Amino acid sequence: MSIFRELADNFREFLIAVGSVTLFLLRMLAQVPRALLRPRLIVEQIYNTGALSLVIIMICGLFIGAVFGLQGYEVLQRFGAEESLGVGAALGLLKELGPVVTALLFAGRAGTALASEIGLMRATDQLSAMEMMAVDPILRVAVPRFLGGLIALPLLAMIFIAIALYGVQLVAVQQLGVDAAAFWSQMRAAVEVDDVTDGLIKGCVYGVACSLIAVYEGYTAIPTAEGVGRATTRTVVISAVMVLILNYMLTVVMLR
Amino acid sequence: MAPPDTASTSARPAATDNIVEIRDVHYAVGNRAIFSGLNLSIPRGRITAVMGPSGTGKTTLLRLITGQIRPDRGQILFDGQDVSNLKRGELYELRMRMGMLFQNGALLTDLDVFENVAFPLREHTKLPDSLIRHIVLTKLQAVGLRGAAELTPPELSGGMARRVALARAMATDPELLIYDEPFAGLDPISMGMIVRLVRQMNNALGITSIVVSHDVEELAILADTSYLIAGGKVVAAGNFAELKKNDSEIVNQFMNGLADGPVAFHYSPAPDYFTQLLADEA
Repeated sequence: MSIFRELADNFREFLIAVGSVTLFLLRMLAQVPRALLRPRLIVEQIYNTGALSLVIIMICGLFIGAVFGLQGYEVLQRFGAEESLGVGAALGLLKELGPVVTALLFAGRAGTALASEIGLMRATDQLSAMEMMAVDPILRVAVPRFLGGLIALPLLAMIFIAIALYGVQLVAVQQLGVDAAAFWSQMRAAVEVDDVTDGLIKGCVYGVACSLIAVYEGYTAIPTAEGVGRATTRTVVISAVMVLILNYMLTVVMLR
Repeated sequence: MAPPDTASTSARPAATDNIVEIRDVHYAVGNRAIFSGLNLSIPRGRITAVMGPSGTGKTTLLRLITGQIRPDRGQILFDGQDVSNLKRGELYELRMRMGMLFQNGALLTDLDVFENVAFPLREHTKLPDSLIRHIVLTKLQAVGLRGAAELTPPELSGGMARRVALARAMATDPELLIYDEPFAGLDPISMGMIVRLVRQMNNALGITSIVVSHDVEELAILADTSYLIAGGKVVAAGNFAELKKNDSEIVNQFMNGLADGPVAFHYSPAPDYFTQLLADEA
């Protein structure tokens, strides 16, 4: 019996958490129009979450592309279809790998930074001090970071995809000798605008999810060193799981 | 003939010479009652000390006065307005008239000292940069930290951070300044500086100050009136000499720093010592 009770308790806690995240999102959305009046704060956060994640995104993109090239070539050359490598890489990266891996890296680099920054602001009374200066911390702290993250992620995903394709090309064309003209022309023939839009939509959705989770976890962190640490860990774990679940659901919808 | 504003003055409680009035406030966290019938008033233009043993809810009292939390019962009046009934916008308007100094300063870590002091001005006014610069430098000069304008919060000592926070709290010229444990963890020199600043701000600018602390010696120099809170109520009030003479046991224990008394040395829900020792052996 107790296992059912425990399951029921966990389910109830889960529902409470979903409810409070939704309320938090609504509180932020209500402040978005006012936040847009101060674009400088949002641009600052695009820099913090986006530009500062650029190096890790580029390095990972390059190496994931390179591995894609090696493995893809290995399989495709068995059927004499190594020239289709460009198509496979472009579609795979645009529709799946690009947005998903970028989101996972984003959660690890920018998400943790956001959660710990806001959590520490909570722990050191900075958010209460803002409240006392009649400044709404949701408007001043949470919304610009949320918007910055959700704008940065799709952009990072596109950069990731471009660099990864360069990585594929580097291995396949430069190293393994796939015909460059066939590689690029088949890619151009097969990839459609919809494929790019699919990737962008996924990037935007993961941007909302990852930024929301990071900002929420930081904002509601228990104001102690341990609490901030836990919020940071939860940010990565929950973001990763959410991104993979959302990816499956989006793919099902997009393949229809 | 009656003056035209009679109706409006009678609708709103008349402003007294107490800037804050706390009337029969009850507040509990879960089952634990923090305040049960707290009554207290803060006279305008004076320095009022709120003292009490750790865990008596001194910080909770400040959060109630500033509307960060609402009482379960009772009234908290700031200049005649009940803080606990205000909507968010009205509360923010009210808070523009208050300044609060947090225990560790609570400076914004992504801004330097200058920008920290400029923060409330930039958020609430459209003053030109030159005027903001002028105001910020004046406030920093008042706390003796004009030279630290370009430092970042992690580069400041505890006392300096609190002085910057004081300059920031002063930036919008509030009527009431609230100090939460301003002396905690400071060396004697920094402590002396803070005592001097609190007094100066109060005298020179006519600000009302509430100082929450348990540093009896500093408060003895500083406070015009003092309240001692224990067990959710005010147990003694008056000036320092009166408090010293008070013969209540708890007041005596607190004012003289006695280790045992109504606040027991031994944490209470413990089984009998000998029974427990013998039980462990058996």
